[in-house]
Amino acid sequence: MIIETKLLGEVEINESEIITFEQGLLGLPEYKNYILLSLDIDLPLALLQSTEVASIGFVIAFPYAFKKDFEFDLSEEDIQDLKIASVEDVITYAIVTLKESFKDSTINLLAPLVINTKTNTAKQIVLQDNSQYSLQFPLQLEIGSAI
Amino acid sequence: MLVLSRKKGESIMIGDQIEIKVLAIDGDQVKLGIVAPKSIKVHRSEIFEAIQEQNKEALGNDNVLTILNNMK
Repeated sequence: MIIETKLLGEVEINESEIITFEQGLLGLPEYKNYILLSLDIDLPLALLQSTEVASIGFVIAFPYAFKKDFEFDLSEEDIQDLKIASVEDVITYAIVTLKESFKDSTINLLAPLVINTKTNTAKQIVLQDNSQYSLQFPLQLEIGSAI
Repeated sequence: MLVLSRKKGESIMIGDQIEIKVLAIDGDQVKLGIVAPKSIKVHRSEIFEAIQEQNKEALGNDNVLTILNNMK
């Protein structure tokens, strides 16, 4: 199917790759279906695009690209909600808030996006440890630098 | 909304596994103790509100493509 995207115009997507956030993202419960699209840039960023509404598109990144030691435990509730059978099926992203410059931009490490790649179900989870992981962690590359 | 009055030391049960107890009252601040199974996450509601705001802010910038191109 062809969808209209926020940053890439019209894009043809494979319906089998649609990721479903059954509860939506926090504050946006009405949009449940998204697709991951590559942004053609030299930065470890991708686009999480709603398949329903073009204006709903998030720039996301692997949290580990910006904080090497990022780690968290999934709660029983999250494991059940996402029907996770094996940790290898899980992939984690975090939402980036872009500002006019890279150094003012931030990544949300407090509420990562967890995707079960086997079932293509996903959830934005809120980590319990809000002293360790910031909602607005400065974007500074630790790995994957283009240099 | 269900409204209950509780004194210090008293508690309420939510379901049969979650207990919320008033530990101390000091002026306009109430200290609550929460006993809940590990599968239930307990957060201050401000955290949820802050994350909702952050999600909307992440969506908000219309110049994303220009910014990304400048970052290349």
